[in-house]
Amino acid sequence: MVKIRIRRHSLPVRIAHWVNAAAFVLLLASGLQIFNAHPALYWGQKSDFDRPWVAMTPSGSADGRLIGVTEVAGRRFDTTNLLGVSDGQARGFPAWATLPSYRSLAEGRRWHFAMAWLFAINGALYLLWTFLSGHLFRDLWPTREQSRPRHIFKDILDHARLRFPKGEEARRYNVIQKWAYLAVILVLLPLMVLTGLCMSPGFNAVAPWLVEAFGGRQSARTIHFLSASGLVLFFLVHLSLVALSGLWNNLRSMVTGRYAIEVGE
Amino acid sequence: MSGLDRRGLIAGAGAALGGLWLAGCDRLNRSPTAQALIGRGEALTYKAQRALLGGGQLAKEFAPKDVSPAFKANGTMRPRTPEYEALLASQFADWRLVVDGLVKTPLSLSLADLHAEPARSQITRHDCVEGWSCIGQWRGARLGPLLEKAGLADSARYIVFHCADRLGGEGPRGLYYESLDLADAFHPQTLLAYEMNGAPLSVPHGAPLRLRVERQLGYKHAKYVMRIEAVESFAHIAGGKGGFWEDRGYEWYAGI
Ligand code: HEM
Repeated sequence: MVKIRIRRHSLPVRIAHWVNAAAFVLLLASGLQIFNAHPALYWGQKSDFDRPWVAMTPSGSADGRLIGVTEVAGRRFDTTNLLGVSDGQARGFPAWATLPSYRSLAEGRRWHFAMAWLFAINGALYLLWTFLSGHLFRDLWPTREQSRPRHIFKDILDHARLRFPKGEEARRYNVIQKWAYLAVILVLLPLMVLTGLCMSPGFNAVAPWLVEAFGGRQSARTIHFLSASGLVLFFLVHLSLVALSGLWNNLRSMVTGRYAIEVGE
Repeated sequence: MSGLDRRGLIAGAGAALGGLWLAGCDRLNRSPTAQALIGRGEALTYKAQRALLGGGQLAKEFAPKDVSPAFKANGTMRPRTPEYEALLASQFADWRLVVDGLVKTPLSLSLADLHAEPARSQITRHDCVEGWSCIGQWRGARLGPLLEKAGLADSARYIVFHCADRLGGEGPRGLYYESLDLADAFHPQTLLAYEMNGAPLSVPHGAPLRLRVERQLGYKHAKYVMRIEAVESFAHIAGGKGGFWEDRGYEWYAGI
């Protein structure tokens, strides 16, 4: 066995990836700040304050302490110190999750919209490049052979046992990884931008059909929150797998482009 | 090391890391470079909105069945100034809307006068900057024809709405106010509304008169309007940013 270094990530992918990661973290933290101004979600055009789909509210307990209650589709959970109440104060998400940490809807909005430009332009350029350069179908689309049930099944088992591809097989993304990336770049990232725009009354006047397609402004806001939640989930799994499958090799490949694999003579 | 000590240590380390992260975020927020970047973003957002909304597009209008059963009121619920209380006691019989500033003919209009002006009814969605939406029906005098009646001077660039409520307490900066540019002032859906859901405007919703600017967020829809002033610039008014919330960090153009 010899160790060789292959070229894994092209420069445009690397730049777009890190710009996106930075913008994503700032968008998330400022987005939670904005959410905290009214920590409740609804479906449809308008808010039915008596029947939110999701709500994070403070509620007094018998001993006079504040408890945070999170309601989802009619079911109630005690989420004190995380959602609804933290540091003894009523707030949706806790201070450590928001930008800025103290309550400031105005500053949260300024950050969010500035980062949204970066995120949307970076994402659009990345998608355009991914499509035109062939990256999409060459590197990200599962091959016919990868899409066979037997292969998929084996890949799931390997992930469950934290066994990652080695040798020649490590030259390409595995099939679960490909699905995750495709879901992120073709579904979740575009959804974030579109549902974000549909919360704008100005944009709604320019393109009324789009907010209708999402089922109304409050639905667009709920979908915005849900797809952000999907991205957070991806982000956590993504980071774990980056760390577990060879942290330095992975990080180096996303920074310098070079990735080490072991191959037979 | 006992289990308790270790737990204490881990919790302490967690808290320290959390503190560092928070301080880092707030430090980033205060950094002049970051603020300059954000300022660029804000300017871009404004330009994009002005470019997209130049065509006078209408906000969607809804059907009577869509009206919210409970339309939330926000901001001031009742201006507790002696002047306003006196007006309210006489059911606004002595109330006058003053239109002045850079106009050829200053106006002073009673509610009855306003009812005689070109009117419009619309059922629209009200979007609060906090994130919620309510749908209501509004009827009022269209701002455009009223301004034409007063005759704007050539130098007039903005319309400022001075209100009766002191959301910010005593002092010159406590009064609520808002401003629009001429494109929004003359938009067909921009109203001085005296009716909501078929009844005279209630006190929590801005009696006797509130502004409706349907393509922007709720804080632009000034309540308790007392005076409309045409100006060349709003830099000399209160905090100089063109509105009560604008002076407190919110965007002047509130289309998103
Ligand atoms: C700071 C945190 C992050 C780190 C350390 C990180 C690390 C990496 C690494 C090492 C790869 C290459 C994987 C491989 O070669 O097998 C990668 C790819 C990728 N990451 Fe991340 N990532 C981060 C944040 C994010 C975020 C926030 C997103 C999206 C919301 C994201 C989306 C992606 C996508 C779509 C790819 C595939 C890119 C392509 O081939 O076109 N990453 N990441």
